[in-house]
Amino acid sequence: MASSDDLSGRLLAGERAALARLISWAENSDRRFPAALSSVYGRVGRAWRTGITGPPGAGKSTLVNELASTLRERDRTVGILAVDPSSPFTGGALLGDRIRMEDRTLDPGVFIRSMASRGSHGGIARATVDACDVMDAFGFDEILVETVGVGQAEYDVISAADHVVVVVCPGAGDGIQAMKAGLLEVADIIVVNKSDVPGAERLAMDLEEAVHLRTAGPRHVAAWVPPVVQCSAAKAEGMEALLDAVARHREYLQGGELEATRARKRAEQVQRVVSERLSEALWGELGYGALVKSFLDAGSTPYDVASDVLSRVLAGVPVAASGDRAGETGASAS
Amino acid sequence: MGERRIRVLVGKPGLDGHDRGAKTVASVLRDHGMEIVYTGLHKTPEAIAEIAVQEDVDVVGLSILSGAHMELFPRVREALGARGMEHVLLVGGGIIPKDDIAALEAAGFSKLFGPGTNTDDIANYIKAEMQKRWTKEGADA
Repeated sequence: MASSDDLSGRLLAGERAALARLISWAENSDRRFPAALSSVYGRVGRAWRTGITGPPGAGKSTLVNELASTLRERDRTVGILAVDPSSPFTGGALLGDRIRMEDRTLDPGVFIRSMASRGSHGGIARATVDACDVMDAFGFDEILVETVGVGQAEYDVISAADHVVVVVCPGAGDGIQAMKAGLLEVADIIVVNKSDVPGAERLAMDLEEAVHLRTAGPRHVAAWVPPVVQCSAAKAEGMEALLDAVARHREYLQGGELEATRARKRAEQVQRVVSERLSEALWGELGYGALVKSFLDAGSTPYDVASDVLSRVLAGVPVAASGDRAGETGASAS
Repeated sequence: MGERRIRVLVGKPGLDGHDRGAKTVASVLRDHGMEIVYTGLHKTPEAIAEIAVQEDVDVVGLSILSGAHMELFPRVREALGARGMEHVLLVGGGIIPKDDIAALEAAGFSKLFGPGTNTDDIANYIKAEMQKRWTKEGADA
């Protein structure tokens, strides 16, 4: 079996199969992944990461394919992560995004990986940031992350991307939708795709209006006003304008916030990993599930039980020694 | 947290445009909890092998109904080998005569499924084979 050293060495030597396997390790929470990542981590941080999100059918995959083609014309290498949903019932997934990216299959400057969301609900998978890191270490200039088709409030992609591009298309709601809190607020750039379809012009105007209302208000502090760009990805139109907008956002980030923002996202990732591991340990090997059940069976409210559990956890009291109420079930936990 | 899932490439090599079978099998395998990468129609053996590399799949399943299986199936196998992917479980299906099935199974294909196959049998075969391989990997580690 491959060791983490073998694999990271092969990754740094440019072997695509090693990149693919490291992404699998991240997805599977393989215990060799942390060591492999740490040995290539010195090479992470050179790629630009762009998140592409938006509702199902807005044209995200087609847009990613066209963006990749345009970036290749500019001699940029491109790593693409395309996330699709896992079934909440069976855990299975049909990963179909790369069907719309087939032009790029045999291009050595492009690597496309499909990823199932595997129980995450924020539009990306738990391992998406890890996969971006290994693609970055591999040496791609640009990383494009395409999310699951999202609704109004799934925007974890901001944790994986320097730029968030929100893709919408005509026929999916009016100006009031555009004013709501949520997805559009996280956009650094808004794309109105299918610009050849009736209603696109109107939608772009409504969105510009909504952006203006938001960014011109008294509470506005950011110096970046998200531009609205019209594209027709299927006709390969508007890609230059979109990349110009990305370039402007890049300059804006480099003018100040880039390093601080990336550092904050790293810190958030640490918090996520700690929460996951803690939760796994508490409800798994430490056996707090049985403790909770016994408390609830005794008639306590969920809030009282939660306070009780938290005080025990924070005081480091093991379940087995945690006293009278848990005595009958605690010892048999896990 | 992460849990290993069987990843399957469902591929359509060559010029055959009949994808009902491939899509049916892809849906069934998905419902058995696997992650399916469907290539779409008209793929070259090289493209299928390259997708298998990038997606790090455990299984490659090919579908052909045009009669070109004796030409294309071995070429996919060679392309996989050329990219260091000879370890994948290689299966196929379509309208394939018995003699050809025997020849392909002697030439590196693990199993070929013909018309009338119960789709659950395909899923169960893949699960059993992968279970064996992962158990062996665990023992080797």
